[in-house]
Amino acid sequence: MSVVLRLAESVPGARLLGLGSFQPDRVVTNDELAARVDTNDEWIRSRVGIESRRIADKDTMLVDMASDAGALAVKDSGLEPSDIGAVIVATCTMIDNIPNAAAQVAHRIGIPTPAAFDLNTACSGFAYGLAVAADLVRGGTVRHVLVIGAEKLSDWMDWDDRATCIIFADGAGAAVVGPAPDAESVGVGPVAWGSAGDQSQTIRINPDTRALHQEGQAVFRWATTRVAPVALRAVELAGLTPADIDVLVPHQANLRIVEAVAKRLHAKGARDDLRVADDIIHSGNTSSASIPLALDHMRAQGRLRSGDTMLLVGFGAGLSYAAQVVVCP
Amino acid sequence: MADIAEIQTGLAEIVEEVAGIDAAEVTPEKSFVDDLDIDSLSMVEIAVQAEDRFGVKIPDDQLAQLKNVSDAVDYIAKNQ
Repeated sequence: MSVVLRLAESVPGARLLGLGSFQPDRVVTNDELAARVDTNDEWIRSRVGIESRRIADKDTMLVDMASDAGALAVKDSGLEPSDIGAVIVATCTMIDNIPNAAAQVAHRIGIPTPAAFDLNTACSGFAYGLAVAADLVRGGTVRHVLVIGAEKLSDWMDWDDRATCIIFADGAGAAVVGPAPDAESVGVGPVAWGSAGDQSQTIRINPDTRALHQEGQAVFRWATTRVAPVALRAVELAGLTPADIDVLVPHQANLRIVEAVAKRLHAKGARDDLRVADDIIHSGNTSSASIPLALDHMRAQGRLRSGDTMLLVGFGAGLSYAAQVVVCP
Repeated sequence: MADIAEIQTGLAEIVEEVAGIDAAEVTPEKSFVDDLDIDSLSMVEIAVQAEDRFGVKIPDDQLAQLKNVSDAVDYIAKNQ
């Protein structure tokens, strides 16, 4: 017998309602790393742009960081934990994949019975998670989604590998996504995303050391040439031009990649007063956490204003990438 | 097709833009690393711009072989 299935009632779109972040207390300076491996402060600053990063102690787990960031984002949104219908944790650094992070995080925050799942697209994870969350909200499946990017990369470092241990760090950032009541208040634009599996081996876990390995030059070339077009596509999909963008928040992989992406946007008409995230300087590369960490930090520094038009672009292992235009809550 | 002199001039302009080194300093006998103090990431940026400008492909393994400015000019001339 043929039946007609009822669907959830859709809404005009989604918007960001709140932000939150967490970083471990421990600051690791370049000099501290230079005492262990053959590098120096000047080399790290000039190649990667990092002055210091935060590294979690062994008792601080990924789920702890994700829970703290998530709880702050829920509070910032003005909602109660029980208002959240789904939790997405974007992460690539869980030591054990069973159980997932999201259900534990939801329980810690006091969200009773949400849909809860992890999502792994490495450094593009937050932008992927935001895209999924926005469509869940828009489709009427869930009213409020908590999206968290959380990483403990220090668990996956070879601390004798000077090519990687100077770059990566720990932390978590989060956002609450909810319904936009009308077309004028939509605050998450369409996603421009994709993957390049032909280059999957350029960032990977070394099977011998179980540590993160990356082919720096190849990744740098890809990021400095392929990421800006994705960002520009997201602007186009949102019906905007680069001149409409107030804030650019690329994944904080390397300050020189951030600058290269900004330069290409300026060449396509981005304004001179475009504010560009540079959170990597004191946070390091925190993979999926880097975009929401940068947002929360820029807001605390007074560099974001409610209503700002922000362009997010995540990119990393997979290779994978995702970009969207969002409005600052 | 650019001739050797045009490639030399164009490459020097790219080096100036990427690394902030006066184009007049970018002479054929200079080593990118030892004389011009250009790091590996800047070399990638130079390669990407040279690819666009001269219509060549300079893969990373080839790039590593280009020690002097003249190596790069010759490579571009042969492969454009």
